Amino acid sequence: MMPVFSKVTLFVQCMVDAMAPDAAMGMVRLFDRLGIGTGFPEDQTCCGQPAFNAGYRTASRKSAMHFIQVFENAECIVCPSGSCVAMVRHHYPELFAGDLHWLERAEKVGGKIFELTEFLVDVLHISDVGAAYQGIVTYHDSCHLLRTLGVGPQPRELLSHVRGLTLVEMVQSDRCCGFGGSFSIKYPAISTALVADKIDRILETGADTVVGCDMGCLLNIEGYLTRMGHPVKVKHIAEVLAP
Amino acid sequence: MDDPFTTEKYTAKSRQAISDKRLQGALAGVQGRLGPATQKMYTSQPEGAGIRQQAHEIRQRCIENLDILLETLADKVAENGGQVFFARNAAEAVSYCLAVAKKHGVRTVVKGKSMVTEEVGLNQALQGEGIDVAETDLGEYIIQLAGEKPSHIIAPAIHKTKEQVAQLFAEKLGIDYTPDPGVLTQAARAALREKFLAADMGITGCNLACAQTGHITTVSNEGNIRMSSTLPRVHVAFMGMERVVATLKDHDILFRLLSSGAAAQKLGGYVSYVGGPGPADYPDGAEAFHLIIIDNGRSRMLADPAFREMLCCIRCSACLNVCPVYGKIGGHAYGSPYSGPVGAVVTPLLAGLNRAQDLCFGETLCGACKQACPVDIDLPRMLWELRFRLAEGDETWGAAPVSRPEKYAMDAFAWLTCHPAAYRAALFSASRMQTLVGAKEGPIRQLPGPLAGWTRSRNLRKISSRPFRSQWKSRKQPD
Repeated sequence: MMPVFSKVTLFVQCMVDAMAPDAAMGMVRLFDRLGIGTGFPEDQTCCGQPAFNAGYRTASRKSAMHFIQVFENAECIVCPSGSCVAMVRHHYPELFAGDLHWLERAEKVGGKIFELTEFLVDVLHISDVGAAYQGIVTYHDSCHLLRTLGVGPQPRELLSHVRGLTLVEMVQSDRCCGFGGSFSIKYPAISTALVADKIDRILETGADTVVGCDMGCLLNIEGYLTRMGHPVKVKHIAEVLAP
Repeated sequence: MDDPFTTEKYTAKSRQAISDKRLQGALAGVQGRLGPATQKMYTSQPEGAGIRQQAHEIRQRCIENLDILLETLADKVAENGGQVFFARNAAEAVSYCLAVAKKHGVRTVVKGKSMVTEEVGLNQALQGEGIDVAETDLGEYIIQLAGEKPSHIIAPAIHKTKEQVAQLFAEKLGIDYTPDPGVLTQAARAALREKFLAADMGITGCNLACAQTGHITTVSNEGNIRMSSTLPRVHVAFMGMERVVATLKDHDILFRLLSSGAAAQKLGGYVSYVGGPGPADYPDGAEAFHLIIIDNGRSRMLADPAFREMLCCIRCSACLNVCPVYGKIGGHAYGSPYSGPVGAVVTPLLAGLNRAQDLCFGETLCGACKQACPVDIDLPRMLWELRFRLAEGDETWGAAPVSRPEKYAMDAFAWLTCHPAAYRAALFSASRMQTLVGAKEGPIRQLPGPLAGWTRSRNLRKISSRPFRSQWKSRKQPD
């Protein structure tokens, strides 16, 4: 039975908002097609993950408080990024461990935020969204999406139902692409060595498109692919599910 | 001595490793073989996949009761005729060992592979006293001959090829050059056999210790640790103080997991339980047995609830075999005998947070280590915790904030995230400003200042002139 949601509230990751608006628009079209209304609180900004990953918890806590205030009255929140959902669901409680009032509010928000593919497959129990995409696609598992949220089969389930799409697995799809937020800027040589390996694994498959659910990884992969002049397309899953 | 932990060294050694094709092949080989095989071993245990969590609970319980367990262990060892010394730091451990060597007139030592003796710098100290020290693990023997440091916890010479070993043995052992591993192993065996038979003292580490029985456990796949601990007159075992478990039942589970984690084995090839010197009427065993239990910064970890979990580690190196960063930079970049994810957490805690800060910042937080750990240690959590202590400063660990400019940048960003109108304006102006750094068409190829690291090898997609939030406002509502 599909739970009845009249409306989902979108949390559009800051990177998607700024650099991949097509993915967010895809998500809106997708819910339109499923007959589910969407809301977008315009005061939303960033979940605070960049500061958290760099160790700046005080700064991160401020962003987190703002996030909680913006989203705590939503019925359910859907986000096109695994790492942001992992941040809200798993790391907000750490941020507010010493503050019962905020901890309670954080846990409440954490209980109703879902990554897009997780929401479609696990909550709505939809595996076929009626999409079509002509191409050979390989899927990259993002670290926090896979290991923190346990989301790996869901995007594959959705992709395997897209008409015209052939899904080919790459070797070590769950190996980190080397993004790691500020790691990619602070330690460019290591980060590059990792993304170079990832590109080799992608090219081995013969896929014309690489799909993922996290914009950080995708920007890293796309940045290296285009620099090297490889014509493989890089797409957020929402762009494939609702082109 | 040079500080092994500077950012320049971490970066330089990383680059060096990345550009070394043979090393890259060796690292991919060890990770490709052991990573997946280890994962399979966990699920094939009779307890099922939950065994890692079960083992974590056991280790946690042992660490919470460390004082009682260590006292019990020490009492039992003493009852069996052994001597126990609690060393507060590296210097105490080393000087105790030197005193034992002096007392017994030791001129030659054979050693089983032991990272804790690397940690305290034992070999240099013994050699400084004119004592001949021979590493007897084949890998350790190779790097000792080469004058290098281990680059993997259980496969210390993983960075060397058989051709390099052939060259080394030709020079140092006077044999004909041959890259045949069988011949090379025989040559090492012949040379080491003489060392074993002549040694006055055997020095080993300790893989696990059991309080209930009062024994230490050593494991090897070459039989060299058993020979080191039974042939010479004196046996000195070095043990990190966290390595004890309470009962044989605990020991059983952890020992199986140690073998799986280290080498994807059901059980290591040679397992020895040593509880004291050999009895007078017994043909095997040392005449004197000394157990040195080392703190060297571990009490500090024990005292901090956020890092206590690190003491659950049994140094199996399973995390090294799945870590993408270790798989690229190898062990030497970590500047310590403990490399990979375990090193990234434990080395800053032992050597100083600021000093070894690159180790915890230089990881991607991918979480593969946690999944591979046989005792389910949350290494990523502790990497985050270390970053937190370093970013904001921490008195208990004497950590100074790493970067003022970075802090101001994070504070400014946090302020923006709390002021949506300013955030929107910043987004808008960033999308305008980027035309200054990028070509009008296509992605950004050159970023300024500290961001240049990205564009050294990668392009960056531009910020859209129409971010989603603008498109949302102007979109046509469906009926």
